[in-house]
Amino acid sequence: MAVETDKLILRVAEVMIDELKLEDVTPATFSPELDLVDEVGIDSMDLATVALVLQDEYGIRIDEDDYPKLTTIRLIAEYLENKMQLKS
Amino acid sequence: MKTVSSLLNQEWYERYKRISRLNIRSSIYDVTNRCNLRCQGCFFFSSGEDKAAPEETDIRKWETFIDKEKERGVNLAILIGGEPTLCLDRVEAFYKRLPSFCATNGLIKLPRDRFPDLMVGISLWGDEDDEKALRGKDTFSISSKNYEGDPNTYYLYTITPRQIDRTERIIKKIQDVGLKAHLQLLSNDENADGFSWREEEFRDIRDEMDAMLDTYPKTLISSKYYHKVITTGTMMGRPFGWNECPSVTEYFDNRNPRPKRLIHFVRWASDLKTMHRCCTSETRDCTTCKDGAAHMSWVMVNKRAHIRTPQDLQGWIEVYEMFAKLYQFIPW
Ligand code: SF4
Ligand code: SF4
Repeated sequence: MAVETDKLILRVAEVMIDELKLEDVTPATFSPELDLVDEVGIDSMDLATVALVLQDEYGIRIDEDDYPKLTTIRLIAEYLENKMQLKS
Repeated sequence: MKTVSSLLNQEWYERYKRISRLNIRSSIYDVTNRCNLRCQGCFFFSSGEDKAAPEETDIRKWETFIDKEKERGVNLAILIGGEPTLCLDRVEAFYKRLPSFCATNGLIKLPRDRFPDLMVGISLWGDEDDEKALRGKDTFSISSKNYEGDPNTYYLYTITPRQIDRTERIIKKIQDVGLKAHLQLLSNDENADGFSWREEEFRDIRDEMDAMLDTYPKTLISSKYYHKVITTGTMMGRPFGWNECPSVTEYFDNRNPRPKRLIHFVRWASDLKTMHRCCTSETRDCTTCKDGAAHMSWVMVNKRAHIRTPQDLQGWIEVYEMFAKLYQFIPW
């Protein structure tokens, strides 16, 4: 499970960096605990952009009402994991 | 990667955190097609928006519509018109359901027993002469009596090119009646004869707006970064206009690539079905548009672009705070 979460964390970081064109950071150096709103300045339109890619990739739905909970990369990865488990 | 806390000291970081999760989702509503004035250069009438759709008169339909807007995620209803105070039952339907803001020309006093803390923005175009020329009367003499000392009211003071070197007297008048003011600029394409800005005048008025903010910091709800953006029409070297505007009705937004924009923003006509293209008139030229709210929102939705230097981010915070104050998300 931990391995899966770690992989997901890296992938979420990668999508975020690519889609939002974040500079001076790589998936490996993007701290999964960093507060995306308070520190990176991510807003709901950014999250919607990232969510669109992740939804397609993992075949799940990220509800807009859940955005306020998705404040770190780790929380997004865990959210995805839960959704995928519920699906299977 | 630049982070917010790496750019701000503790005081600014606290200010940032106070607003960073507000998640303001506004939409604009034409409450009525009627008005008790006919201002020369009013986009609503000059572009025929008053005839775009027949008014819905059944108050229950308004109530149901507003409930649906709330479900759609709207958390700020900006009421315009026409003149909203001509239809107080509709204003009340919003006020009871959603955080609301009412724009008015101030000729009718909103009964405070019915709307104790509704934020009111009174339009004011230049000085007495400008007002007489453009609006047919000196509205300030009436609106200032109606709203004197009201803690939930401010003037939306639209500066015309004739106001250069003359804004201080107006700001003082506003201060003297115990009200606050937010500054905006008349747009050039409002076809008001003799009221067109020349490029060099924008520089002059920016300096004047900055000086007024320094002199009247308690009266003016404004920020120097906002003055810079609205007078230059640029932000971070990018020109304002259709490709950048955040205040386009979501269902009409076919721009590709889609710029950062207000989520779920719609401007509704008073039939509650028809939508307008944007927060102002469809006939307005986007390249010369000076809509104040659109410029503020432009800064606000481009938060990450400002996470660059302490100065950029502080400018962003000040603009966001200004908006949040004008619409009662944080106190003055
Ligand atoms: S008061 Fe406002 S709505 Fe009425 S005509 Fe003037 S600008 Fe237009
Ligand atoms: S007229 Fe102004 S507010 Fe409307 S779309 Fe153009 S730039 Fe935006």
